[in-house]
Amino acid sequence: MAEIESCFVFNASTKQSIFLCFQASNESLKMELLADVPLLPGEERVIGKYKDIIYICPFNGPVKGRVFITNYRLFFRSVDVDPAVTLNVPLGVISRVEKMGGASSRGENSYGLDITCKDMRNLRFALKQEGHSRRDIFDILFRYAFPLSHGLQLFAFLSQEKYQENGWTVYNPVQEFRRQGLPNDQWRITFLNNNYELCDTYPTILVVPYSASDEDLRKVATFRSRGRIPVLSWIHPENQAVITRCSQPLVGMSGKRNRDDERYLDIIRATNKMTSKLTIFDARPNVNAVANKATGGGYEGEDAYQNAELVFLDIHNIHVMRESLKKLKDIVYPNVEESHWLSSLESTHWLEHIKLVLSGAIQVADKISTGSSVVVHCSDGWDRTAQLTSLAMLMLDSYYRTFRGFQVLLEKEWISFGHKFASRIGHGDKNHADADRSPIFLQFIDCVWQMTKQFPTAFEFNERLLVAVLDHLYSCRFGTFLYNCESARDANEVKMKTVSLWSFINSDRASYINPFYTVEFVHVLYPVASMRHLELWVSYYIRWNPRIRQQVRKGQICSSSTHLLGSTSQDHICILQLCQRGCTSVKMRSYCKMGFNGVEMLLYF
Amino acid sequence: MLSGGGGGSGGGGGGAGGGGGAGGGSGGGRSPKPSFVSYVTPEEINLTEKEISRKEKQPDLLQGEVIFCSASPIRKCTQDDFSQRGIFGSLFCTNFRISFISDETQLEEEEGQVFKNKLYGENDIPLTCVDNIYRGFDEKKKLITSGSVRNKYPSKIIIHCKDLRVFQFSLAFAKEEDAKKIFQGIVHHCLEPKSLKCIFAFSYSEKMTFSSENQTKLKTVMFDSMVDWAQEMKRTKGNCKLVSANADFNISTKYIWCWSHHSGCALFKTASLPLMQEDGCSQSYRTYMERYCTCVKTEELPETLPTIQDIQQSYNKFKQFFLVDNTTEFWMSDVKWFSSLENSGWLDIIRQCLTKAVEVVECLENENTNVLIMEEEGSDLCCVISSLVQVMLDPHFRTLEGFQSLVQKEWVAGGHHFLDRCNYLHKDKESPVFLLFLECVWQLLQQYAPAFQFSETYLTVLSDSVDVSVFSTFLFNSPHHRATTIQPVSLLAQKGPLNLPTVWDWSVQFNSAAQDFFTNPLYVEKSRQDKVPRKTFRPKHQRHQSLPSTAFKSSPKKSFFKDETDSLKKMLRVKRISRWLNPTDLTQSTTREFYEAWQRKPLDYHGLLLPCVDGPALRVWAQRYLRWLPEVQIFGGGAMTLEKKLVDLLAEVRELRGKLDWHCSVDFSHRGAAALAGSSVRLSSAFPFFVSRTWSFKPAIPSCLQKNLITGTFADKEDEDSECLGVI
Repeated sequence: MAEIESCFVFNASTKQSIFLCFQASNESLKMELLADVPLLPGEERVIGKYKDIIYICPFNGPVKGRVFITNYRLFFRSVDVDPAVTLNVPLGVISRVEKMGGASSRGENSYGLDITCKDMRNLRFALKQEGHSRRDIFDILFRYAFPLSHGLQLFAFLSQEKYQENGWTVYNPVQEFRRQGLPNDQWRITFLNNNYELCDTYPTILVVPYSASDEDLRKVATFRSRGRIPVLSWIHPENQAVITRCSQPLVGMSGKRNRDDERYLDIIRATNKMTSKLTIFDARPNVNAVANKATGGGYEGEDAYQNAELVFLDIHNIHVMRESLKKLKDIVYPNVEESHWLSSLESTHWLEHIKLVLSGAIQVADKISTGSSVVVHCSDGWDRTAQLTSLAMLMLDSYYRTFRGFQVLLEKEWISFGHKFASRIGHGDKNHADADRSPIFLQFIDCVWQMTKQFPTAFEFNERLLVAVLDHLYSCRFGTFLYNCESARDANEVKMKTVSLWSFINSDRASYINPFYTVEFVHVLYPVASMRHLELWVSYYIRWNPRIRQQVRKGQICSSSTHLLGSTSQDHICILQLCQRGCTSVKMRSYCKMGFNGVEMLLYF
Repeated sequence: MLSGGGGGSGGGGGGAGGGGGAGGGSGGGRSPKPSFVSYVTPEEINLTEKEISRKEKQPDLLQGEVIFCSASPIRKCTQDDFSQRGIFGSLFCTNFRISFISDETQLEEEEGQVFKNKLYGENDIPLTCVDNIYRGFDEKKKLITSGSVRNKYPSKIIIHCKDLRVFQFSLAFAKEEDAKKIFQGIVHHCLEPKSLKCIFAFSYSEKMTFSSENQTKLKTVMFDSMVDWAQEMKRTKGNCKLVSANADFNISTKYIWCWSHHSGCALFKTASLPLMQEDGCSQSYRTYMERYCTCVKTEELPETLPTIQDIQQSYNKFKQFFLVDNTTEFWMSDVKWFSSLENSGWLDIIRQCLTKAVEVVECLENENTNVLIMEEEGSDLCCVISSLVQVMLDPHFRTLEGFQSLVQKEWVAGGHHFLDRCNYLHKDKESPVFLLFLECVWQLLQQYAPAFQFSETYLTVLSDSVDVSVFSTFLFNSPHHRATTIQPVSLLAQKGPLNLPTVWDWSVQFNSAAQDFFTNPLYVEKSRQDKVPRKTFRPKHQRHQSLPSTAFKSSPKKSFFKDETDSLKKMLRVKRISRWLNPTDLTQSTTREFYEAWQRKPLDYHGLLLPCVDGPALRVWAQRYLRWLPEVQIFGGGAMTLEKKLVDLLAEVRELRGKLDWHCSVDFSHRGAAALAGSSVRLSSAFPFFVSRTWSFKPAIPSCLQKNLITGTFADKEDEDSECLGVI
């Protein structure tokens, strides 16, 4: 009797993403025969079998089953239903647990738990009303879903997983800057922030103009919000135009000026001879920038910065994005809005925001490729700024579109430059209504997905990687997305005590490779930021709904091309798998010369 | 200064076959040609010099094509430029097309120009392809209707084409007389009602001989003979008797077998029956029904589907989103794109058709009942639904030849009023019913690409071909109409019977390299192995519950038709047969279950295909609708890049396979985009239709972003953090 996860799993690739946690190499899996649930090394049961619980599946109705809770996940399996319905939810995705109904509630299945998840779904369980049956399960769930609120550790610190590769070595800042040709005669690497004294939310290694002294940098830091001074993110290999990032200047109501800051920006401008005017992209809408003056912030005034032009990109703040995603969830979960799908989608503004972010990044990339240096900032320079710089870099530099390069991009622009993952996601924290939470990183990944849709052969990685990244953004199984900045990671010894997501991802590279990737170094990729081309990422946002069968995606295309090659002969499947593993054709050819057995051997090793 | 231009109306081109001597004069030691771009004001142009070089430039006329009038210099305003630049040239109006010939030397046969239509070029508009003509003035435009033209002519005309191209011609530089003549000529030939004989196809085919070899080479079944029908019935194991009673087209009401399910039940379509009083007729009807059709479900399409007029109206709204005159307008409309799309209702009409087809499929597949679909004329939505049902149920119709045969069977032989619906004669019965069908097929194609042998490019080209007015396929309202039209014409023609080309002879339009774009490289051919056992996935018992197929076949009673023509005729005059058994909402829920049950089974590309019709699943046919809009060109991207990569991979695997010498006898028939294999052409999302000459490195940056995107709730809220920024 083969069990299939009929309720939540409706195609291979989603299956993959739900059971990503099972994909760890075989030796790291500890099978618990009794429970029939493979646990991760370091994962421990915190509640026994909870019988007679009813999962109220929004698609198939109530199903009776059993629940286990470990320090990592909630696992549900139905009884008496064929095929069995299973749920496998890392506790990290839970944002809120609530009691539903009271001891005296009437009506079937009215007493139980209501769980809100960060990954676009809600789960409801009904229990028997007798004997306060839900108290235990609620307490345990509440404790382990929000360990930081209860003095417990995040699972990443408990995990004992071992991988061959150490994902923490994926990003080495000096190496990455060297790849970009830095330092050079205009830009130097500084270790001034080695102890996070210049800026506690920046990485230790920074690239700054050669002619700006350490003293200059310290002075500039006093005029930039949280000391986040303009530093280099990327330099164009030919025209030497640079993307620099920072936070807003502390202009305030009185319209303060700072000569050092003005001079510093002019030094940046002067590093590139072609830049007559430095373009400052302020990601915010004009009004917001003005409003920020009231709290001491602001923007670069025309008078003060004469060799610069200021462009507002009209991207809204974290609160707007949070509400937008909330609306999106309302129209896709549990049921997809039927009668007015398109206008409902429009009213969420989610794609409108995606369009604004992409179009901002296009403008940055366009400036750079025409040889003009830019400064990008928003308020603090860790949300919209990270979106803009990383997307522009993705457009400009084909390296970031490779499997490895993308990891470097995330490590660099998001993790090391202090996108506040802990605050934005709220890892292990019970305060679900925290105003600091916002799906900024999800929005960025959505933008990347939009780009992969428009350029199906330009990215070495596939959609599954993007989904896996998002799943582990919440899961707390890896240390990668924990904490707000490098200094906090250092203080908590993240690299010592946790496993990197990239250890896991890189141990299963083949699953995340786009078989149609075509190496092309030269061109800048400009996506089209028009609603005509933007679409809702159905296979992420609506993946829990079995009715919306994923349309032909890469997985299907792969399998069909396998067919193409003649389903009878295994050799072609092998070759295709080799393709998928990213082998170059030269390699393929040499494999094939070895004959079938050779190919086969290579496949199994 | 401007004398004559290309000659007035009349026989300019004739048999010479167009500008043969184009190479001659222009190189005659004259100073380098000025390039006619914005910075040269029109006054500066040395018209005399231009005049001479222009004379040699004439459109390459097709057989039987005659120039009516021409004018020059005409400026073609190009959309993709930021300034008001344009190209100067001459404008011609022939009995086939409006043609603009640029004065600038054409960089023909450029790389990437593999996809060239032999009948008309990128600056030609077949007369039947003209949708609307506007008078342009100060950034505004006004629709020109056939009656409204008097002695005036506008300085600028804007032509919207049915294939969604937009042309803007400035007449301001031509001599008044010429400008007036060409304007009136265009309006006359494109907007005024005309007779069928004036359609270019007739003069074209009079001069051309389409060897019947060409026709027989086609594997497309034309359904113009009893043999074809018999073959098809044999293929589907249908058990209806063929009736030749209608050979003289005297039964006005058609009652047509469409397709037989392998279980024995069949799909029929008919025009609605006139309401008759209960008389003896109904008595005979009753006995007839008892004898022959014990289980028929009747579906009256007009009750649940939009009318022909609704379809036309909705499409009119919809197409406006793509007929964009300038960039500002484009970005303005981009903001409200989704709600405008919804308001047009076009996707909803597609959804309704797909849903209806699924309902019919459910009857045939699950309940094994005969289904009769009805509609007033039986030749519009009946064609849409019946052919969709067959595409979903029968993998044969997802092959290229099968699909073409299906169109022949259901649409051409089925008497769809192509002539009226395509509005060739400007008679106001236009409705894009056939396009609607292609749209529905496209939705299926994009959901289940590996199931179709043809590509979306094929569908786009087919949708364009409808408006070319050369093909017999779309020229008539019914086979009867065809027969009665062709006969007298053929008698007059000296060369024997008139032989109009069918659209399926693709060589009329494209060379074989271009035709490679019609095949879908993702198509999974049914392997011999697969053929037998796959069926086991299906719950057999279900099918046999209602009617064992063997019983069905052996019993003559179940046969829908007997060859008793008289009683057939009687039956046709009877009121209604039976009502749809389920009330509508019940139907919906069972259809939903049917879809979900199907979805749980493993997907078989050679089995039944059901479309997902939920909101996010239905999309806009981007290739067809967005291909001419410069703002949405994805340079270096788009679906074609994937296709090219796939073709390259296949070629490589084939080569490796050859080297390894395994099964080397297997022949590959996947050709899709083979013309591109190995080439380094940089593609864009509009490829192969639109190839940008001037490679624009300038990205499209949206303007007119909705500034007040959000209501005040958060605008006043502090930006990123609730904590205060330390004022240092």
